[in-house]
Amino acid sequence: MSILVLAEHHDGALAGATAHVVAAAKAIGGDIHVLVAGENVGAIAEAAAKLDGVAKVLVADNAAYAHQLAEPTAALIAELAGDYGHLLAAASTNGKNVLPRVAALKDVAQISEIIAVESPDTFKRPIYAGNAIATVQSEDALKVITVRSTGFDAVGEGGAAAIEAVDFVADNAQSTFVKEELAKSDRPELGAAKVVVSGGRGMGNGENFKLLDGIADKLGAAIGASRAAVDAGFVPNDMQVGQTGKIVAPELYIAVGISGAIQHLAGMKDSKVIVAINKDEEAPIFQVADYGLVADLFEALPELESKL
Amino acid sequence: MKVLVAVKRVTDYNVKIRVKPDHSDVDLTNVKMAMNPFCEIAVEEAVRLKERGVVTEIVAVTIGPKAAQEQLRTALALGADRAIHVQTDERVESLGAAKALAKLVEEEQPALVILGKQAIDTDNNQTGQMLAALTGLPQGTFASEVAVDGDKVAVTREVDGGLQTVELTLPAIVTTDLRLNEPRYAKLPDIMKAKKKPLDVKTPEDLGIEVASKVKLLKVEPPAERQGGVKVGSVDELIDKLKNEAKVL
Ligand SMILES: Cc1cc2nc3c(=O)[nH]c(=O)nc-3n(C[C@H](O)[C@H](O)[C@H](O)COP(=O)(O)OP(=O)(O)OC[C@H]3O[C@@H](n4cnc5c(N)ncnc54)[C@H](O)[C@@H]3O)c2cc1C
Ligand SMILES: Nc1ncnc2c1ncn2[C@@H]1O[C@H](COP(=O)(O)O)[C@@H](O)[C@H]1O
Repeated sequence: MSILVLAEHHDGALAGATAHVVAAAKAIGGDIHVLVAGENVGAIAEAAAKLDGVAKVLVADNAAYAHQLAEPTAALIAELAGDYGHLLAAASTNGKNVLPRVAALKDVAQISEIIAVESPDTFKRPIYAGNAIATVQSEDALKVITVRSTGFDAVGEGGAAAIEAVDFVADNAQSTFVKEELAKSDRPELGAAKVVVSGGRGMGNGENFKLLDGIADKLGAAIGASRAAVDAGFVPNDMQVGQTGKIVAPELYIAVGISGAIQHLAGMKDSKVIVAINKDEEAPIFQVADYGLVADLFEALPELESKL
Repeated sequence: MKVLVAVKRVTDYNVKIRVKPDHSDVDLTNVKMAMNPFCEIAVEEAVRLKERGVVTEIVAVTIGPKAAQEQLRTALALGADRAIHVQTDERVESLGAAKALAKLVEEEQPALVILGKQAIDTDNNQTGQMLAALTGLPQGTFASEVAVDGDKVAVTREVDGGLQTVELTLPAIVTTDLRLNEPRYAKLPDIMKAKKKPLDVKTPEDLGIEVASKVKLLKVEPPAERQGGVKVGSVDELIDKLKNEAKVL
């Protein structure tokens, strides 16, 4: 059976997450097709065609799919689904928005955020904020799955898949796009960065997050945050790492002024090396940190920046 | 207008769950249960809409075992007007819950259904989207702002890149994110009053649906434990370790 992967893309570019989802598709096995849905997505389709292991790229390039609203995008995928045994998407906000809608249109369950493929119908996924790993088996003929990027190494390039246009245009009188306020940053994407420096409530205010900038500059790092820092308005929501935010697993994660609640750990405990800087030596973050520095962050951060 | 709010009984968010020694499931014996935090936010939003005069009636719904009536009583204490319990002892996952909710939407004809974005036990993040598909209604997921205006609702959504605002034609389905509001606590007099509010019990058979999940749970294991590491005495030592021991600098 073939596998259809929904391409993740933003700002006219194919997002890195797609290569991780294709890797999960390869682990399942079968012909891999990638669907690029959006408006003016020709260049994205070409990028998807280069991904290793992709046999065909389907392009639904139409104003109907601009901003990838759930209603038309799910209708499109449900229309195409008949030819496939598996539908996969990244466990991004986009994948999470669209794919369950497709699953219900097809009257099948969805398996969310898989981290491993045991066989074409059996998968591993974290539950309870990652405090348990479930192995689940789907009895549905069509398997609808979102993929956690950190569970699968991205495929490389080198493919040359055929690109085919899809004419189906879903009509949508129910939802309209109003506006977007997207964070602009020259830093690497949180999910893709090799180094992540995150600040928590201990940072005190948004202004103090600048203390992390110099360090992030020197390390080529992305900057993340705890929920408490986002809730307090120090930084925007797209920086939240955790069970209900973004899941990261960089080579190096530096948690500053973060206590280490299970919901935060759920988003970063698969990082290769974890550093914690916290003035409370009892903070639970130290139980998962490879290197813990008990210190006042307002002293430690400037020193760290100058010595890196 | 009428609002339906879906509330799920889950383990309390402070509990670090453990798996059973035989790896058949997680161990819930004597574990504290509570309303899913995202559902608390959903109830709060409905109550605020009612306080602003936008909403006239709030119906709280749960699908689950008898004990889940506790969470319905909490919703009633927080301001819901009545509750519906779809009682079952099956392991209900998102699709089953969405099917039950879809039937109730058909019966109740609410203008808005508010759900949490994610249940913190299964971490599925599916039910609202599935309910939207089953009812053919538009969806505003991961909401940090909900503004009803006539027959439209503008929903600001927390997305990976920042915020996105969509406008939906009512009736519509909304799922809550953390920044939508800060839920209140139930006051004792309201908890007493909630005991007298109507709570209807139905079964999946009454609704003509099956709720049991078709996804088999084969086993549940603990995650790979991380070894706690060492404490370093200074920034210099930290940099030295990162360079020479961990080799990540
Ligand atoms: C449904 C739900 C979902 C959630 N999802 C998430 C999620 O996705 N991500 C997430 O992060 N959280 C999430 N949480 C919240 C989580 O439970 C914690 O409340 C949160 O992670 C705490 O953030 P914090 O560590 O920054 O703040 P705190 O717990 O307040 O910790 C602040 C730390 O800073 C230290 N500190 C203070 N001043 C200094 C200083 N000068 N120098 C050094 N250290 C200092 C303190 O010792 C303390 O350890 C969720 C909670 C719920 C209920
Ligand atoms: N059994 C249930 N009973 C009532 N509401 C539910 C149930 N399961 C899920 N929901 C609703 O759907 C939301 C998201 O759950 P899920 O998609 O399963 O992670 C929850 O916050 C609830 O609002």
